[in-house]
Amino acid sequence: MLLIHCPYCAQTLPELEFTYAGEAHIARPDASSPVSDEEWRNFLFIRTNVKGPHYERWRHSHGCGRFFNAVRDTVSDRFLITYKAGEKRPELSDLLEKSK
Amino acid sequence: MNLFRIPGQGRVDPTTPVEFTFDGKTVSGYKGDTITSALLANGIHLMGRSFKYHRPRGAVCAGSEEPNALVGTRRGAGQFEPNTRATVQEIWSGLEVTSQNRYPSLSFDIGAVNDRAYMLFSAGFYYKTFMWPKSFWDKVYEPFIRSAAGLGVSPSENDPDKYASRYLHTDVLVIGAGPAGLAAALSASRAGLRVTLVDENPEAGGTLISEPQTIIDGVPAWQWIDQTVAELISLGVRVMTRTTAIGYYHQNMVGLCEKLTDHLSSPNANMPRERLWRVRARQVILAQGALEKPLVFDGNDRPGVMLAGSAQTYLNKYGVRVGNNAVVVTSHDSAWYAAFDLADAGTKIQAIVDTRAEPAVELVAGAKSRSIRILSGYSATGTQGRLRIKSVRINPVINGKVGAPETLECDCLLMSGGWTPSLHLFSHTKGALTWDADMQTFLPDRKTEDCEIAGAGRGLWGIAAALNDGAAMGAVAARTLDKVATNTVYDVTNDRVGTGVSHTELPTDLDPGKARAFVDFQNDVTAKDLRLAVREGMHSIEHVKRYTTNGMATDQGKMSNMNGLNIAADALGKPQPKVGLTTFRPPYTPTSFGAFVGYHRGDHFDVTRKTPIDSWAEENGAVFEPVSMWRRARYFPQNGEDMDGAVSRECKTTRSAVGMFDASTLGKIEIVGPDAVEFMNRMYTNPWTKLAPGRTRYGLLLGDDGFIRDDGVIGRLSTDRFHITTTTGRAARVLNMMEDYLQTEWTDLKVWLTSTTEHWATIALNGPNARKLLEPFVEGQDISDQAFPHMSIVECTVAGFPARLFRVSFTGELGFEVNVPACHGRALWQTLWDAGQQYGICAYGTETMHVLRAEKGYIIVGQDTDGTVTPYDAGISWAIGKTKPDFVGKRGLERPDLVADGRKQLVGLLTQDGKTLLEEGAQLVLDANQPIPMKMVGHVTSSYHSDAVGRPIAFALLENGHNRVGETVYIPMPEGVISADVTGTVFYDPDGARLKL
Ligand SMILES: [Zn+2]
Repeated sequence: MLLIHCPYCAQTLPELEFTYAGEAHIARPDASSPVSDEEWRNFLFIRTNVKGPHYERWRHSHGCGRFFNAVRDTVSDRFLITYKAGEKRPELSDLLEKSK
Repeated sequence: MNLFRIPGQGRVDPTTPVEFTFDGKTVSGYKGDTITSALLANGIHLMGRSFKYHRPRGAVCAGSEEPNALVGTRRGAGQFEPNTRATVQEIWSGLEVTSQNRYPSLSFDIGAVNDRAYMLFSAGFYYKTFMWPKSFWDKVYEPFIRSAAGLGVSPSENDPDKYASRYLHTDVLVIGAGPAGLAAALSASRAGLRVTLVDENPEAGGTLISEPQTIIDGVPAWQWIDQTVAELISLGVRVMTRTTAIGYYHQNMVGLCEKLTDHLSSPNANMPRERLWRVRARQVILAQGALEKPLVFDGNDRPGVMLAGSAQTYLNKYGVRVGNNAVVVTSHDSAWYAAFDLADAGTKIQAIVDTRAEPAVELVAGAKSRSIRILSGYSATGTQGRLRIKSVRINPVINGKVGAPETLECDCLLMSGGWTPSLHLFSHTKGALTWDADMQTFLPDRKTEDCEIAGAGRGLWGIAAALNDGAAMGAVAARTLDKVATNTVYDVTNDRVGTGVSHTELPTDLDPGKARAFVDFQNDVTAKDLRLAVREGMHSIEHVKRYTTNGMATDQGKMSNMNGLNIAADALGKPQPKVGLTTFRPPYTPTSFGAFVGYHRGDHFDVTRKTPIDSWAEENGAVFEPVSMWRRARYFPQNGEDMDGAVSRECKTTRSAVGMFDASTLGKIEIVGPDAVEFMNRMYTNPWTKLAPGRTRYGLLLGDDGFIRDDGVIGRLSTDRFHITTTTGRAARVLNMMEDYLQTEWTDLKVWLTSTTEHWATIALNGPNARKLLEPFVEGQDISDQAFPHMSIVECTVAGFPARLFRVSFTGELGFEVNVPACHGRALWQTLWDAGQQYGICAYGTETMHVLRAEKGYIIVGQDTDGTVTPYDAGISWAIGKTKPDFVGKRGLERPDLVADGRKQLVGLLTQDGKTLLEEGAQLVLDANQPIPMKMVGHVTSSYHSDAVGRPIAFALLENGHNRVGETVYIPMPEGVISADVTGTVFYDPDGARLKL
């Protein structure tokens, strides 16, 4: 069972309190103006499916209820960082440097 | 009567004799014995039959890695366990033990014919033998595989034992209480850390128990164990014995299974049998030691053939000599010491057969002083003896050539192929291994967790090395946790360090293709099987493993993996690290389901949510059904009615008088804030801006893919407040989805979402008498049709309770839903129930609710839709606000596939004979005479008998369904083909006149 740091609660808590919520930084296109089929398909279905550091969303569903972002290595299952929704996507090179 | 017991030796308690039964016969031993040590003390080596060939087998080792001595144990009614490792299970008076995989008896077994058909059962035989002819599958192959499958017999009764679980946080968790683990725990606890020390055995000590001659800092080994454990306890260390570390998970979480009662003859009935611990440790020290390898030669599995180190354990720990007349076959020094100990205890050692040409001088001297014959540079090439070894065939090997054989008589054979570090838990962490060419073994390398490996687990050999490494690793852990620690160095005398070499199969002068040289004893895999697998194209160790099943038994190849790898690598002509090691997975040893289940059984298996009115339903004989986590009243049978009878009565009463229904499980979400209406417009398909406070509307929720997710009636209480209802099963998912959009897409909106499902008890009143019943109790609102028309909502008082009153109907009848705070739910229900008697009221359940809604063509999301249905498909596109700029699903609905022809659409079905009830899930075809496989064009989603319509009714999702109204579809069933007319979905009161009473 992983321990996950909630950036809103500022606490590291057991995985049981959290729910995975898919890849991060996929913005919903503004559908009030025309959006191509391809763009909408990409938004709905196309994911990077990386082997390695993955930008993804989690929700502190049995805690503060907030969605937040994380970078987790899909090979080691290790979190490199968690950060609040809306914050800038951290550079991978900085994270890998820090984790060394 | 323990013929092979040496009085005064070992750690068993000779003052406490214990009698148990083995296959019905009484066997005596002492407190402290395992099943195996007690059997061996009585000269019994035959303990079971092997899995595939039913070959007679005895214990090959003395620990939890045992592959052969698996037995059934019965502790009492319902307390039967198959595949108990006899080498681990402690005996107590009354324990019933049975051997496995034999019929009719252990010494005469019919299945042993498999052994004679050995040539047929080679590697991959399942893949080859059961291929053809096809007609043999049902009658011959499958019954054969089924009867042959499985080890032992599954228990047939419910397990009456209790199981517990706990969490534990500790600074340092030390796994293994041998010399390395004890020393590590000592350094870490002396440095002031909270330490937990666990060991799977009944007592701490590990190898030290089998090496009593060792002197540590002037103290004999056994005394050193006692004083060390005493000091650990005085330092506050939690010492847990009979506790196996079964798995090593992320971020230093280790699962432990503690066995509490299996060793007791009359445990307290309230005591749990096992306790599962989830330990989170800041540092873990793996001190699991090493496991001895067998040698691979023809007949190395006969009862009486045993690992030399294990024989040494039986002698020193239990005071049991494993035989009178032993031959030792070894490639490692350690077996020489086992031979010396046994010789000193009175066992005749016929010879020490060493594969190495030049054994160490001091070993040779030791053997000579005991008059033991030394045969160095020899191979073992076969054994004889049906139920126990009688002799071993040995040959000299000179310059790679196998010379003339010699036969040595014996009643036991002690073998050693060297030692393998126990890396299972380290492997659970995906820690990297490195190949040590000198030692011919894998050692731990790069770590992924905060752990240290101490002692034999990282290839260090000998008591001093283990102690000093343990002490050092304990100090490393302490310093990592910012404590000051000193490196203790132990002074050890009588340490018996040694070296050895590693082998594939031992060389032989006989046909190796006919040799039963076992690698995996539990799964009956031989060296020949492994070589055959390589010849047949299995070039990865993972393929070899699956093709031969080597290492796939419940021991996970603890004894067989390295020998298997050596042979596969040799056959492939590659070095071992290029062939690789298979993955070890938790649990380390077989673990009972009970331990994992813990408290979560019976009523505690899952949460049961109950409404405030549940107790009334129970008192009034409701039959319940689970709906997501709720238990809901399904129907209320009266006077012995069956479900059909009860539902028929409930439907008729509701349509003709009034019915009341507990709708409290409906999901409820309160949406509040200045941007509430904008949020609603974006979230739901419907337009909300013009919905006046006091009015309600059917709301439809899609995903952004355009498919229906949920629906429910939504009331607007004021300009900035909505009361949403969702389907029972989707309340949490709907709220999660709303929060997702609100928190991450529409952060500009000022809206707050609150789950209020449990806050309200909801009572639905439906039927022509509903208003007459309710009216006298309502204060603050005229509920006449003019003042409170269909689809209204108001906050008022009902029977003195604050209420949110909906005028709404899911039955097609005049309907109200009264929401009151949950604590008043049952009181209001009782009040309405009492008052309703004069109007002929009935209580109805979910089954009647389903029928009534189906008669009216109201869909249930999740039953009539399946996640691929659009509002158009479901016939409810009227709920889409077409002029809104955007809402969730709007763009999705324009996707090419969603506007294409040929989509499955919801229709009604009426069976043409007017009597046959369709089966939900049944497939539809357009032509019942087409050849099989037929083209399926849809399926039945809902089907009920309807009293109001006077015939069965059904819904179906049907390809191009909306254009097929009036056509006939066919439903092929095992009993014959049913034909049905395609209709609209409203079967009753199509104009909705009854809603407007
Ligand atoms: Zn939080």
